[in-house]
Amino acid sequence: MTLYAFYFLAFLSVLSALMVVFSRNPIYNVLYLVITFLCVGGHYLLLSADFLFAVHIIVYAGAIMVLFLYVIMLLNLNKETEPQKNTFFKFAAIITAGLLMIVIVGALRASEAAMVAFDNHNNIGLVKNLGKMLFNEFLLPFEIVSLLLLTAMVGAVMLGKNHMKRVKEVAKNKNGRATISTLPVQPVKELTHE
Amino acid sequence: MNNVSEAIQGVPLNYYIWLSTTLFVIGVLGVLYRRNVIIIFMCIELMLNAVNLLMVAFSAHHNEGSGQVFVFFIMAVAAAEVAVGLAILIVIYNNTKSTDINILNKLKW
Repeated sequence: MTLYAFYFLAFLSVLSALMVVFSRNPIYNVLYLVITFLCVGGHYLLLSADFLFAVHIIVYAGAIMVLFLYVIMLLNLNKETEPQKNTFFKFAAIITAGLLMIVIVGALRASEAAMVAFDNHNNIGLVKNLGKMLFNEFLLPFEIVSLLLLTAMVGAVMLGKNHMKRVKEVAKNKNGRATISTLPVQPVKELTHE
Repeated sequence: MNNVSEAIQGVPLNYYIWLSTTLFVIGVLGVLYRRNVIIIFMCIELMLNAVNLLMVAFSAHHNEGSGQVFVFFIMAVAAAEVAVGLAILIVIYNNTKSTDINILNKLKW
């Protein structure tokens, strides 16, 4: 029964991953990627990693995909504006990926005999056990990750600030958009430093 | 818990190796095949997910929790990467009015 669930989830995730690559419309790409992430979350559930299932759904299917969708809608990308490679490069890409697949499969086939037998009492994926592990032996990496997230947030805000400055400059020079040019134009010095 | 251990017994580790290999290769194919920067970002996420899945499978089969903690860290790094990457992408779009990666091959406007 669980093997059938695995086959179903694996088939669905590979199919939607292929659709991510081959679908033309960026919105559809994002939605297929959400399906792929949900299937990967189902695999986590099959492996009894409950905590990671929850985090995966919240972070990937929730936050990251909404960010992608938001950016695509902000930039107004659609099927017509989608740049396409020519046929030769597409063919070369498929050949290269196939060769990579052959290399990895060939390298991993030899290691099949070394697979370990697992034991049956498996409850490490639960929140209680992972939380104990996270706050005992992995406490320092956990704090460093929070620092990394802070840095990423500061970086994203700084980039967005420069972007807003450029928008205002364009609005001031060309005087094209009434809605943006009515915004109070701040001095450039104030935006770039401090 | 009995049900869960049966579930793990049902799926051998090899199947997870082949599945994540396939997902990773599809991600590589997407990076090579597409020219839109956002799609390339999404394919990088796909590759990260393939590695995450393999790590969770190994962690569950070896009964060792460190792999799942590392997957948690990888998710945090992926979230940071996407936030900064998409901010850079929007700045680039405002300068070039395009998300085509071939425009960026000289690394200047």
